[in-house]
Amino acid sequence: MRWRWMSQPFTLILGVAVLVALAFAVPALSRTMTEALIFAILVVGLGVFIGNTGIVSFGHIAFAMIGAYAAAWQTCCPGIRQVFLPGLPDWLAALNVPLPLAAAVAMLLVGGVALVVGAILLRLTGTAASIGFLSFLFMVKTVFENWDEWTSGQSALVGLPLVVTPLAAGVGLALSILAAAAYRHSTSGLLVRAAREDEVAAHASGIRIWRERLVCLVLSAMIVALGGILLGHNIGSISVNTFWLDLTFLTIAMLVVGGRMSLTGAVAGAVGLTLLRDSLRWLEQGVETPWGEFALPAGMQEVGLALAVLLVLILRPQGLVGLWEADIFRRRQ
Amino acid sequence: MNPVQLVVDSLALGSQYALVALGIGLIFGVMRMINFAQGDIITFGAYALVIPTLSDQAPPGIAALPWPIMVVLIIVLVAIFALLTERLAFRTIRKRGADGATLLISSFAVGYFVQSLILFLHTGRPKSVSILPDLSRQFDILGVRVALVDLVTIAVALLLLLLVGFVLNRTRLGVATRAAAEDFLMARLLAVRADRVIATAFALSGALAGAVTLMFVAKTGVLDFRMGVPLAIAGFVATVIGGMGSLVGAVLGGFFLGIVSTLLQALLPDDLRASRDAFLYGLVILVLLVRPQGLFAFGAARERV
Repeated sequence: MRWRWMSQPFTLILGVAVLVALAFAVPALSRTMTEALIFAILVVGLGVFIGNTGIVSFGHIAFAMIGAYAAAWQTCCPGIRQVFLPGLPDWLAALNVPLPLAAAVAMLLVGGVALVVGAILLRLTGTAASIGFLSFLFMVKTVFENWDEWTSGQSALVGLPLVVTPLAAGVGLALSILAAAAYRHSTSGLLVRAAREDEVAAHASGIRIWRERLVCLVLSAMIVALGGILLGHNIGSISVNTFWLDLTFLTIAMLVVGGRMSLTGAVAGAVGLTLLRDSLRWLEQGVETPWGEFALPAGMQEVGLALAVLLVLILRPQGLVGLWEADIFRRRQ
Repeated sequence: MNPVQLVVDSLALGSQYALVALGIGLIFGVMRMINFAQGDIITFGAYALVIPTLSDQAPPGIAALPWPIMVVLIIVLVAIFALLTERLAFRTIRKRGADGATLLISSFAVGYFVQSLILFLHTGRPKSVSILPDLSRQFDILGVRVALVDLVTIAVALLLLLLVGFVLNRTRLGVATRAAAEDFLMARLLAVRADRVIATAFALSGALAGAVTLMFVAKTGVLDFRMGVPLAIAGFVATVIGGMGSLVGAVLGGFFLGIVSTLLQALLPDDLRASRDAFLYGLVILVLLVRPQGLFAFGAARERV
């Protein structure tokens, strides 16, 4: 049964299709759904690395940042791009690339960056690797903050074309899910997980851990980059601070709440926490009830989100779904 | 920059980092958890100084008390708060057999919760508060003006390091804590109580956090609900480059980080100074590549097969 593994990602993609349909059916949900789908891309990408290698990376958002800026160099603010980014060479400033192509180019660039960075950082293991990735995020942030001519420095880059529909985000997520599932099913995926369970034994069995982890990192960085690109083109602006510790913590929390070993968990965590956050935000703004207006006090949004994450961790340290994968096509035995 | 100034600055920053790193290292030793919430526990201490209001001008609460009472009260409060985080969150998660990564992330969640609680009670706007005004005096050493607060920070840090060393080496509970850090399972087999040593580690690390709070606020005079995050990150990095599991390593790692970042700040040419962190963290990666077990880890850090 060569293609049997596909039933699992297809179950998830069906779920994504339902969310996209919902976004079209209920226009009020459209913004939240798009956001949830984009977060899911980031979290799936993060999960490819964290889930398979067991290394908690605090630096993946740097790949989202590089991807978002690299795409913006091709799509941002036609006509006045060089006003914001005077450092761009003329040929690049004149290009007007449609988003899918720009995204593909930016993802390739991020893949290259991940290859170089990973070749260095993946010499490290465990906590040292976590710190290595965190240091990488600091370096990228500092460089982008001071590279004014290409990134407009500390101020936001505005005027990215707003072309991300729920459908576009859904397609992006579906492709990411497919790539993640295919990787997990591949030989490299298996070897990387073997090294996660027991590094010494894997090494002794002849697994070239460094090489396999590098493959894993490049794929995961490219998916995270796609998330970053869509995030920027959904809000219409990017700044260095968009891709900083807040987003790092939020995406890691989503992954852990969902279940970091499971693809279903990654998607469920991202969608679940986004919906929770937006519902709390909505309640904070106040809703009309038959008994008068009800509004949560301001600030409850953050408190509620933190409490939810903590409760899940206390009650289910493996995440909401644990190791479970949704799969409606599998025949029962 | 004057060398005396440089020495004082780098040691003062290094002392703060060393205390935070020691707090993180103590907890890592006994429960293999990197406690990111250490920074937000420091933030809690800072906000405990004032009465929660929605205004920008924070009315001083504890900050208005005579200074010896204030110092003791803050240190005790922060230690109790650290114990509470252990009792309410980390203990349950640990007993459910969570691994290091899950514990690490739960400490994020605790930190985020503390931040959002402060945001909720005090609003997100930075507030100003003045404590220990006598420390803001400056005076001359070898013709250089040095802030008293920096010298006091260094002195207090050294004193606290000695004190923690005394507790760990000379008291029964301290010895048990060190034994647990060495080999948790073996220590438990020899009738060391797991909950108690972990609580000790949290109490000690909370007291250190309280001291950092006081020195930090005395120097800056500003409260911000994220003020602890950079400190926690510095402490985290310091414990790793010092050598995970070694308390001496954590302290030396803290001083190393403080000294290097002050030196970079002073010695980098002007147009690169804004990018200081890129150099600092590049150096961190380099250190890790050359010595993944940490700069100051000696002996038993490696996994045995």
